[in-house]
Amino acid sequence: MKFAKSHEWIRVEGDPAPGALATIGVSAYAVEALTDLVFMQLPAVGTQVTAGESFGEIESVKAVSDLYAPCSGEVVEVHTELPDNLDLLGSDPYGEGWIIKIKLADPSQLDALMDQAAYDASVSDGPH
Amino acid sequence: MSDTTAISSGAPSGENGATGSEASAGGLLTTPLHAWHRDHGGRLVPFAGWEMPVQYASIVEEHLATRSGCGLFDVSHMGRLAVTGPQSREWLDRMLTRRVADLQPGGVRYTLITDDNGGRGVRILDDALVACEGDDRFALVVNGSNRDRVVAWLQSQLPSEGVTLDDHTRQTAMIAVQGPAAIAIVTSLASPADAERINALKNYRCCTATIAGHSAAVSRTGYTGEDGVELVVAAEDAVAVWEALLAADAAARPCGLGARDTLRLEAGMPLYGHELIEDTNPFAIGLGRGVSLEGRSFPGSEALAAMQEPPAAKQRVGLVLSGKRPAREGSGVYASGGVEPLGIVTSGSFAPSLGVPVAMAMVDSSLAEPGAELEVDIRGSRQRATVSPLPFPGWRQQA
Repeated sequence: MKFAKSHEWIRVEGDPAPGALATIGVSAYAVEALTDLVFMQLPAVGTQVTAGESFGEIESVKAVSDLYAPCSGEVVEVHTELPDNLDLLGSDPYGEGWIIKIKLADPSQLDALMDQAAYDASVSDGPH
Repeated sequence: MSDTTAISSGAPSGENGATGSEASAGGLLTTPLHAWHRDHGGRLVPFAGWEMPVQYASIVEEHLATRSGCGLFDVSHMGRLAVTGPQSREWLDRMLTRRVADLQPGGVRYTLITDDNGGRGVRILDDALVACEGDDRFALVVNGSNRDRVVAWLQSQLPSEGVTLDDHTRQTAMIAVQGPAAIAIVTSLASPADAERINALKNYRCCTATIAGHSAAVSRTGYTGEDGVELVVAAEDAVAVWEALLAADAAARPCGLGARDTLRLEAGMPLYGHELIEDTNPFAIGLGRGVSLEGRSFPGSEALAAMQEPPAAKQRVGLVLSGKRPAREGSGVYASGGVEPLGIVTSGSFAPSLGVPVAMAMVDSSLAEPGAELEVDIRGSRQRATVSPLPFPGWRQQA
């Protein structure tokens, strides 16, 4: 599992080759920091997402945040029950709280992301 | 992921409230409870020139704790001004939109503070509470974001003698104790005689009392829609009083300004910088009660009298949104299927006690009828919204 500075995670199933299936979600730290989630907007299957660009929104009582794609690819599955079960993001952020699955376009984009240890270190000083 | 919409924490135009001379590290002022907030998980954010807790953990939980039990709010960023002297009553009566001439000791009134916009009409500088603490002693509580300009304006209007204006904001702290358990909690820390006086206080009345061994000004007022009081204590007593209130009852919970904003929104209370700005017609937003014109003259009174007569083109309404997505300040409001915006959202959030997103908006009077079906543009997508009376029905829990 790799992490973006903007707190999304991505996990590739099997070898990180072009076309490999990858699951995207948001980190436990981010969910904890947001608190009071009330709304989520997700893309449709078939949407092309681009690394570093918004693919959806998550909204708390106080603020709207964009969700940024850690890697580019085509959305092949969307966790459509998630907006009605936002608690899953907090209770199981790396499992049942997954957001979308994409067909990875360019596996080399993974190299720009952090591993768990680097991400944990990056958030240990508080919010970015 | 990153915030793309900065949602005010109920900060009345927080950016312009910074005060240079008194600023602490980072350019922000801190209240006497600042270290307590920091040490107890308060998320500190810039707010009206101060660093204030927006929440400790969950805004929703803090909101609901206030509706069901008791929320404690550090509102020390509000400006606290003392107006004293033999001419203070007469002078305030000439300065404020509400009558002060007949305000008896122990009375509190909601008022606007206006100037005459350089002779061109009226400008609303702030909304405030004025309390009579004695025949020639008055206290004003003004918004933190407006304190500097209100003080400057009032100073410029002082007569050469007979009135003294002192800004006590930094020497004191203000703690709002709000919710159905608030009075019991406060009185549990007072002598029997003081407890009796606080119990007998009606809304918009004030007294002095000793709370947990410290002198306090006690006002039966607040900004949550709940029963409760606001306490003003000396800065050095703030932590002791705050901790005593928390320890008095498990129902007491520290709350940030995020919950204060959702509580006042549900209760339909306007906030300066949002529902109320310099050129707002107060009669169009339900603040006619804040203006007493009969037989009176104050800065801008003639212009306000002219606003009272014609029906206002825009009115403040409540909106209950369909779906789960909150509308935010600045969202356009449309007639159903309409193309031209006919209104604008002034405050919006998820309403924890109602479980739905709600908003306040200024809309064309033709759309202001309760039950009217409108649409709100939220970041490019239309969402249905129903006009609601204010306060929003159902926000108060059953006793």
